[in-house]
Amino acid sequence: MNSYIGSLRRGRPLVFALAVCWVALSIGAAAAEEPSRPKSFAIQGAKLVPVSGPVVEAGTIVFEDGLITAIGRDIQIPPGAWLIEGKGLTVYPGLIDAMSSVGLPEQDRGRRGGPGNRGGSGSQGELPVSAGPEDRPATKTWALAADEFDPANDRVKAWREAGFTSAVVAPMDGIFPGQAAVINLAGDRASEMVIQPQVALVINIGYSGGYRGFPNSLMGYITYVRQLFHDAGQYSAAWAVYRDDPSGLERPAYDRTLAPLVEAKSEKRPVLYPGDLAKEIHRALNLSKELGFPLIVYGAHQGYEAAAALAERKTPVMVNLKWPEKEGDADPEEEEPLRVLRLRDRAPSTPAAFEKAGVKFAFYSGEIRSAAEILPKVRTAIEKGLSPEAALRALTLSAAEIYGVENRLGSLDSGKIANLVVTEGDLFAEKPKLKMVFVDGQKYDIRPPREEKPEDKEQASETPQQEGTP
Amino acid sequence: MTGLMRFSGRLPGLPLALLLVSLPATAWPQSRPLLIQHANIVTVTNGIIENGSLLIRDGKIAGVGESLLIPDGAQIINATGRYVTPGLIDCHSHIAADAINEGSIPVSSMVGIEDVIDPDDIGIYRALAGGVTTANVLHGSANPIGGKCQVIKLRWGKPASGLIFEGAPPGIKFALGENPKRSNSQPGGRRIDLHPNTRMGVNDVIRQAFADAKHYQSRWKDYEKRKAAGEKRLIPPRRDFELESLVEILEGKRLVHAHCYRADEILALLRLAEEFGFRIQTLQHVLEGYKVAKEIADHGAGASTFSDWWAYKVEAYDAIPHNAAIMVRKGVLVSINSDSAEEIRHLNQEAAKTIKWGGLSEDEALRLVTINPAMQLKIDNRVGSIEPGKDADLVIWDGPPLSNFSKVLTTLVDGEVYFDREKDFEAREQIAKERQTLIEKEKESQKKKKASGSDKPAEEK
Repeated sequence: MNSYIGSLRRGRPLVFALAVCWVALSIGAAAAEEPSRPKSFAIQGAKLVPVSGPVVEAGTIVFEDGLITAIGRDIQIPPGAWLIEGKGLTVYPGLIDAMSSVGLPEQDRGRRGGPGNRGGSGSQGELPVSAGPEDRPATKTWALAADEFDPANDRVKAWREAGFTSAVVAPMDGIFPGQAAVINLAGDRASEMVIQPQVALVINIGYSGGYRGFPNSLMGYITYVRQLFHDAGQYSAAWAVYRDDPSGLERPAYDRTLAPLVEAKSEKRPVLYPGDLAKEIHRALNLSKELGFPLIVYGAHQGYEAAAALAERKTPVMVNLKWPEKEGDADPEEEEPLRVLRLRDRAPSTPAAFEKAGVKFAFYSGEIRSAAEILPKVRTAIEKGLSPEAALRALTLSAAEIYGVENRLGSLDSGKIANLVVTEGDLFAEKPKLKMVFVDGQKYDIRPPREEKPEDKEQASETPQQEGTP
Repeated sequence: MTGLMRFSGRLPGLPLALLLVSLPATAWPQSRPLLIQHANIVTVTNGIIENGSLLIRDGKIAGVGESLLIPDGAQIINATGRYVTPGLIDCHSHIAADAINEGSIPVSSMVGIEDVIDPDDIGIYRALAGGVTTANVLHGSANPIGGKCQVIKLRWGKPASGLIFEGAPPGIKFALGENPKRSNSQPGGRRIDLHPNTRMGVNDVIRQAFADAKHYQSRWKDYEKRKAAGEKRLIPPRRDFELESLVEILEGKRLVHAHCYRADEILALLRLAEEFGFRIQTLQHVLEGYKVAKEIADHGAGASTFSDWWAYKVEAYDAIPHNAAIMVRKGVLVSINSDSAEEIRHLNQEAAKTIKWGGLSEDEALRLVTINPAMQLKIDNRVGSIEPGKDADLVIWDGPPLSNFSKVLTTLVDGEVYFDREKDFEAREQIAKERQTLIEKEKESQKKKKASGSDKPAEEK
């Protein structure tokens, strides 16, 4: 084909050939510079936990160019693959933090909560006034977490080293803070790390930063959500008529807050809506039914009392792993209501209740600031009756399914993105030994925790080659 | 139906136990009829039936009389010496809500209590223990036009949706006087402008809101008309929940419950309502109502007041305990409300005070917390008196219901027991035990955590 074109256009072939050579050379150079970044890997003889199917004892998994190409017992290892001896290792799909602020700029944490958190009255004067829903307080439905994600954020690495290869990064800075994205937790540029930029619209009831005025009560927040969805419906109806033939018609207003709501409904893109206590979960279910938006409830600490309703409505849930605890500085003399005591005792039993009732759920780190704290919280749920299989599914495939990326993430299947976590022993052991993670087929070793002996430390800092044979 | 139930002869010889038979902890199956026998039945609308019977079937009062046939399989309560009244109704309450005021703006008619009902509020259970079965849960008084109210039944243990009084007409809160104007000037408050700052201003806010609502109403009417005429290329107007509530008031579909104190502001509001062609359903608190009782009666507003709360703020200085009785005598439909999670537990005593202050009859006094508030809330076809066909919302007292010494033994809503004094005492021990177990369990696990040093993981930097 090329030569045919070349023969037609004399004079060009030389230039073309030169260009091809240059490209080939630069590719060669790049490959030569990064010998530690192989294109393909094979883990041989490891215990494979695909989540989508039965466990394979002493199996092999191969991935190339960031994608899983083969998994099973008798797998041909392609030439040139970086071979890892898997004896004693267990391979899981990479974990997904199903609602996270990882990689997002730190927000002013004082902004959530009542007026007491809002500093002096002087600073309030600067804030825009909201005299009603028309002023669109703290509303940025158009903002995408995918655009604000910072790959260099310290927590990205910390999360990855805790076994989390992707996160559903959700903005929380607003009543309608924007849209969540599924993002892989390794890479140099956000653009290459984003798996799906718009997976859910976030609603953050109770957020009070960035404006003064309406809404300032729970009633106001709920009403605002209702009004905004109705406005979106009218907006799309009005523009449909106007776009068709504007002659003689009053021009509808332009409103950038509404288009994403219209789109969310037409694309059946879910809304992340908070519901921690059973009554709040019921409110979320009612509102989603009334306004017709697909719902994902987040929070769910009292989900054990709302499991039946959630199952009936087939509503997926993000369970906040930050289990409620008694405040460190709580008054020891204070007599707490039985309801509060019960909540603290039973919250970690919510996942078990969901498993039993058939509610689809995933886990999220919520306000957990330390990555090392996440898996122990999952273990608490297992101690309260959740099966380890369901726990793993919640951390992988269920999360992927809820956000509609199960064709790419969440299990060890040929064709999926090569996100893996490799452990020595069980992931849910009391002190799990995470050895390495793979994100987009790239290997990241995990250094053992600092409290280990000094000689371990030295070993760990050596080159990755010693872990496997090229 | 009642005629068929009536038994002409003597009642079948049943053992006359002095105590109530122990009630099942959970509700009776709805299909199983319940018969209360040998009770003093205070019907409110038809006098007192001594040693009477009351039959409940499918959550409704199926029959009341001196003696009724015992239906097959009926559960029987022997209430000898007891008094049965309709469940009490509180026309002004703030229990069972997770938010009370959307005080950020002068008109917050878009918000509503229905969205934030708190079925876990212990105030519900305590109110049941005082014999209350229905409450009008109102928005607060932070602004001239507040949020929508919700009438609830105190079905303790049900989720929020189960508390809604099905079919009760919707309401809304208005507020006059110091509260809507004062809250503007509170330092650190979140109000965004200083209007209104006087009683004139409050009136102006309400008038302007209704002028806007009329405009909004006409826009929709115009749209519907053109749509009906087959006009194509029509852009539907935006639904505005703030104005929609006000249009419902103009159309008589939403009841106004207006918080007020002084005679002058009361008259001003009645005039304003008449100017826009709607009626104020109830004046709430209305402490100077006795000064303008005739005008209130002429307008057709009800009055829902306290028994004897006064002088707690400047606009409450002219309050008198005879207020309720005077308004009753002037032909106003009056109720006594609580406005308080404490006072709601003894509304019967609050009503009884009108016998001392103003000389109402026992019957009239009891009406103030039963049928009158039911009429004010337009739910008197369902509750407020003991009549066949009405909801079986009932209270069994151990003595005359207006006595200071009487206690509630059992409270039923829709024929189901939601409070039982005996069961309550039994449950206390169990609750104390559970509490102790949970506290110890938590202490134990905290100790363990501290021992393993995992309670304070290092912050990721």
